[in-house]
Amino acid sequence: MSVDKDTVRRIARLARLKIEEERVEPMMAELNGILDWIEQLKEVDVSGVEPMTSAVAHNLKMREDVVTEPNNADALMVNAPGGEDHFFVVPKVVE
Amino acid sequence: MSTERAAKLIQGTTGGWEVVVGLEVHCQVLSNAKLFSGAATAFGADPNSQVSFVDAAMPGMLPVINKFCVEQAVRTGLGLKAQINLRSVFDRKNYFYADLPAGYQISQYKNPIVGEGEVLIDLPGGEVARVGIERLHLEQDAGKSIHDQHPDHSFVDLNRAGIALMEIVTKPDMRSAEEASLFLRKLRAIVRYLGTCDGNMEEGSMRADVNVSVRKPGTPFNTRCEIKNMNSMRFIVQAIEYESRRQIDVLESGGTIAQQTLLFDTKTGETRPMRSKEEAHDYRYFPDPDLLPLEFEQSWVDEIAASLPELPDAKKDRFMAMGLNAYDALVLVAEKETAEYFEAMLAAGVDAKSAANWLNNEYFGRLNKAGLSVTEGPVSAAANAEIIKMVGENIISGKIAKDVLDIVWAEGGDPRAIVETRGLKQVTDTGAIEKAVDAVIAANPDKVEAAKLKPAMAGWFVGQVMKATGGKANPGTVNALIKARLGLPD
Repeated sequence: MSVDKDTVRRIARLARLKIEEERVEPMMAELNGILDWIEQLKEVDVSGVEPMTSAVAHNLKMREDVVTEPNNADALMVNAPGGEDHFFVVPKVVE
Repeated sequence: MSTERAAKLIQGTTGGWEVVVGLEVHCQVLSNAKLFSGAATAFGADPNSQVSFVDAAMPGMLPVINKFCVEQAVRTGLGLKAQINLRSVFDRKNYFYADLPAGYQISQYKNPIVGEGEVLIDLPGGEVARVGIERLHLEQDAGKSIHDQHPDHSFVDLNRAGIALMEIVTKPDMRSAEEASLFLRKLRAIVRYLGTCDGNMEEGSMRADVNVSVRKPGTPFNTRCEIKNMNSMRFIVQAIEYESRRQIDVLESGGTIAQQTLLFDTKTGETRPMRSKEEAHDYRYFPDPDLLPLEFEQSWVDEIAASLPELPDAKKDRFMAMGLNAYDALVLVAEKETAEYFEAMLAAGVDAKSAANWLNNEYFGRLNKAGLSVTEGPVSAAANAEIIKMVGENIISGKIAKDVLDIVWAEGGDPRAIVETRGLKQVTDTGAIEKAVDAVIAANPDKVEAAKLKPAMAGWFVGQVMKATGGKANPGTVNALIKARLGLPD
């Protein structure tokens, strides 16, 4: 498996990463290098082996349905630009 | 295809077209805390007052699942007669939006908690249609963006972010806007009976994405379009009707339907494409590394199954077994509160048929006129039951019963006391009724002659006597006396 230049541009756009055009080719080479390396794992026969979901054999921990959080509105606004009336303020996004 | 469904074809210039509808319904889970955090879920709280650092996606915060939300999803799955998957997996659905702080939504993709099930809908002609359920999965709700407070900025409130949603996906089994609406009503009734979602569409607790395509009957499905984020039954019907007509026009003029995501403009009643590119649909799902697979025992599912309440279909069957017709039974089970009200009347000792007739003919009409729901209405189930019982006990006539209802509606009070103190009791004293009958007969010799030729005239005399007694005479007794006096056969 390998990626072409268009795929690199597409992945970058989906991840909201700005990539200069001259960086596309090197980036493609780097990504393909990683993919080649992972490709080697295909040499192992894993037919019939369940995908591992965790390094430890635990059950998913569950919580009771109890409200434990205080009102964090002030703390949440500390790093938020704007923060008017406890709202996060962002550039206008409307469909 | 049944005849009832065939009649629903939309006529175009090239003949009849069949509408095909599938729905993705988002139901907010009724729970105290969110799906993966201990923040509260109450509607209408101050902005960002119910947000944990998990919900705000602060670095390093980890999700811990709420067991009750899982239970609610299982309960809903059981109510949809669906396959419950003892092992399911949470995935990340990646996209960027201002009200999605993590840049991904935790959802379930390939391995949902609930698999295939079904919902039965009652079509107006009495036919029952089956709508297949494809799956139900658990996911997080997003926050809410407010766009109309500032010219250049949107305000984001994350109170809703992280609340548990059940996304319920149907098969493309509905064949008209009406069927889609009936399905939604039925689904809403089921989740409300189950107590897993409040079904409040205005507050957005229940909203739907609507997939619409059209085809010639018996041909394969055509390309569909998806109308996003609808939260009004009326607009859903309008949107399906508009969109199916639009697609028919495109196809009949030789065009093709492009698969696209649409918005319904409530002002114009039209659908229009969303501006965002189709590329935005590349969600790059992958298993959430912060969460292990969700696994539980069949014994837990069995426990939940044992605690399920009686659902609308079963209730309808039971009401019909008590002698109600299908229509009355459907009206009574459509809303959980209506069914509870009806059953409270039965518990007060009224027979099912009388209670159903009284509610459907008298009380619900008054509620509709006043724009009140059954829980908001001013007359208790016990009071309505007493009124009907008094009719059955020959204490008041059916006509007086309506007057008593009006009095209790306007002033409250105990129906029996009202009948007693206002002298509304039916006159059962034959002597008094005889007197009134004789007076009417003596005053109308010409009518008496006419009635001898035309026995149906007896009804006129009954009416006069009822009027003379202020509606308090027992109509049966009056009728019998008049026939006897006029020498008419029974």
